[in-house]
Amino acid sequence: MRRTMMFLPGNNPNMIMNGGILGADSIILDLEDAVAPDQKDAARELVKNALRTLDFQNCEIIVRINALDTPYWEEDLEEMIPLRPQVIMPTKVSGATYCKTLSEKMAQVEQKSGIPVGSTKIIPLLETALGIENAFEIALSTPRMAALYLGAEDLTADLRCKRTKEGGEILYARGRLVMAARAAGIDAYDTPFTDVEDLQGLERDAQLAKSLGYTGKAVISPRHVDIVNQVFSPTLLEIEHAKAVFAAIQAAKEQGKGAISLNGKMIDAPIVQRAQIVLDNAEAMGMEV
Amino acid sequence: MDIVKPAVAGTIESSDVMVQIFPGNGNIEIDLESSVDVYYRDTILSVIREVLDQSQVCSVKIKAIDRGALDCTIRARVATAIKRASQEVSA
Repeated sequence: MRRTMMFLPGNNPNMIMNGGILGADSIILDLEDAVAPDQKDAARELVKNALRTLDFQNCEIIVRINALDTPYWEEDLEEMIPLRPQVIMPTKVSGATYCKTLSEKMAQVEQKSGIPVGSTKIIPLLETALGIENAFEIALSTPRMAALYLGAEDLTADLRCKRTKEGGEILYARGRLVMAARAAGIDAYDTPFTDVEDLQGLERDAQLAKSLGYTGKAVISPRHVDIVNQVFSPTLLEIEHAKAVFAAIQAAKEQGKGAISLNGKMIDAPIVQRAQIVLDNAEAMGMEV
Repeated sequence: MDIVKPAVAGTIESSDVMVQIFPGNGNIEIDLESSVDVYYRDTILSVIREVLDQSQVCSVKIKAIDRGALDCTIRARVATAIKRASQEVSA
């Protein structure tokens, strides 16, 4: 269950040491944008030692590496993969070739480190117009693919438009990315809401992403974790409804009825599927179902 | 590993340690200033020495300004400073 992915700057010990207690489902240890070029070596060493020593509770560990057109990405993989982060997050991913090149290098490092080849997953950051247009081929490019993640800041720069809180300028990208991810059978993660103080705006933005089909959202502030977790968790009402769907199916079976309805509405396959997802998510979160 | 030039790693932010490293005179000299000196001086010094030992550095001067860094942070900063200080300056 991954609702929140929280960014932690890779060269900031104060933030990294608290990573496991902030409530996020995943933490992203960032070796890319949050680290100045002349501090890449220091960040790598700090993250490496943190992963060896610190207890991040039940948080999934994601490492955001530098882009493939930089001199850093191969060393990032060589240093990080042996420490078993669950996920590598590449940036500015433009197409399937990018992910295949990355996956091949990951396989080499896994093999050298005695780690099962293919066990480290990938969640690529799609943040260019080309990346969005190629979202489906990216989603299918390697079996390592766990999800697609939309990055709106770089994308709007690439689109040459203004980034707004309402997000009209990224609506197409949001739709395109979630469609590609779902068509490929993987999850979709939404871009962070960058105004740390505007919690109402954050909730609206997260609700919008959820309504489009997103699984969760990245966050850049610990203050945003609870709200995003809440938005992407099933509500008690949703859980009750899902349980009622299965109860109605059972009752219809016992009565030998073909058509099933609940509260006057027909229960068909998509409703059953949605109910199952709600119950699966609730169970994954430790809620009673 | 030979320390061939001065180098620095880390910051003086909370939970960090700034490690300055210089070529030595055949021995190990450590000057430590720490906000938790009273409680952890020996532990911090021992972590620094451990990293020097692992990197086989036996001639070095170190000045460390600690702001309550965890062991893993101290290890990382000392290791980074050693790597930076042992790289030859390209002509």
